[in-house]
Amino acid sequence: MAQVILPKLGEGIDQATVSYWFFKVGQKVKAEDDLVELVTDKATFNLPSPASGTLSEIFFSEGDAVRVGEVLAVITEESNFPVFRPEPVCN
Amino acid sequence: MHFKIFDLGLLDFLQAWDLQKQIFAAVKNNYLPAALLLCRHGPVITIGRSGSRGNILASAEELASRGIFCYEVERGGDVTYHGPGQIMVYPIFNLCLGRKDLHLYLRSLEEVAIRLLFDFDLRVVRRAGLTGVWSGKQKIASVGVGIKNWITLHGMSINVKKNDLDNFSLIRPCGMNIEMTSMETLLNTQIDLDLIKTSLTFQFKKIFGA
Repeated sequence: MAQVILPKLGEGIDQATVSYWFFKVGQKVKAEDDLVELVTDKATFNLPSPASGTLSEIFFSEGDAVRVGEVLAVITEESNFPVFRPEPVCN
Repeated sequence: MHFKIFDLGLLDFLQAWDLQKQIFAAVKNNYLPAALLLCRHGPVITIGRSGSRGNILASAEELASRGIFCYEVERGGDVTYHGPGQIMVYPIFNLCLGRKDLHLYLRSLEEVAIRLLFDFDLRVVRRAGLTGVWSGKQKIASVGVGIKNWITLHGMSINVKKNDLDNFSLIRPCGMNIEMTSMETLLNTQIDLDLIKTSLTFQFKKIFGA
């Protein structure tokens, strides 16, 4: 599980407003995909996905204010381990 | 930060927007360290992410009769107007190479404009909470940026010519009832755009350390 956290954006900036989610809950995302756009002052800031996987939860809707350090969303990562699939049993 | 300068002259807004995205991709993929695009646009209205179409005061028919198109763009801020009497500055800079600080970046753009205008003997100021550069209560330079992967898009417009301020009456600039001014209006003389570009480039190199 990877958390999407609003990073420090600069001195004196302690919050930003969510302006657009590029994905919906349940959709697959790749690491570095633009995940969410935020606005602050006269700047927009795109936050990329920290991992590949499924966007499983979004905690802030478009128009909501988010404080630096808060978790915006959760990505459930794809497992790096090979999945064991047993051979079908023939009757 | 070393940057390549693109002096593009009069360029359609959409072409400049497209070029910004292409150069952004080149910077992101390390084909280019950074770039500074300088140009002017034909009359156009852009709406930033915090903007509202309600801040365009003119009717669609009036805009069409003047050949003015409107575009929603991925920059911060509200509604603004661009025309051939402005110098547009689009820095495509990777802030990871300096300080990852949006506030510092916005203030640095303002500082470039303040020093440029100082070179022309104009004393201009910042106003608390009102990003941009001001001569008293009149705005002379506007700032609005977009940042992806800490690489910058869009940037700043500086009002130069006296005869290109009328179209601001078609909008409520930045969503506020503010008056715009220009270098020629304040200095009451004609200004050579090439001189401004030279000074602008010099100040960018000083502020951003090229």
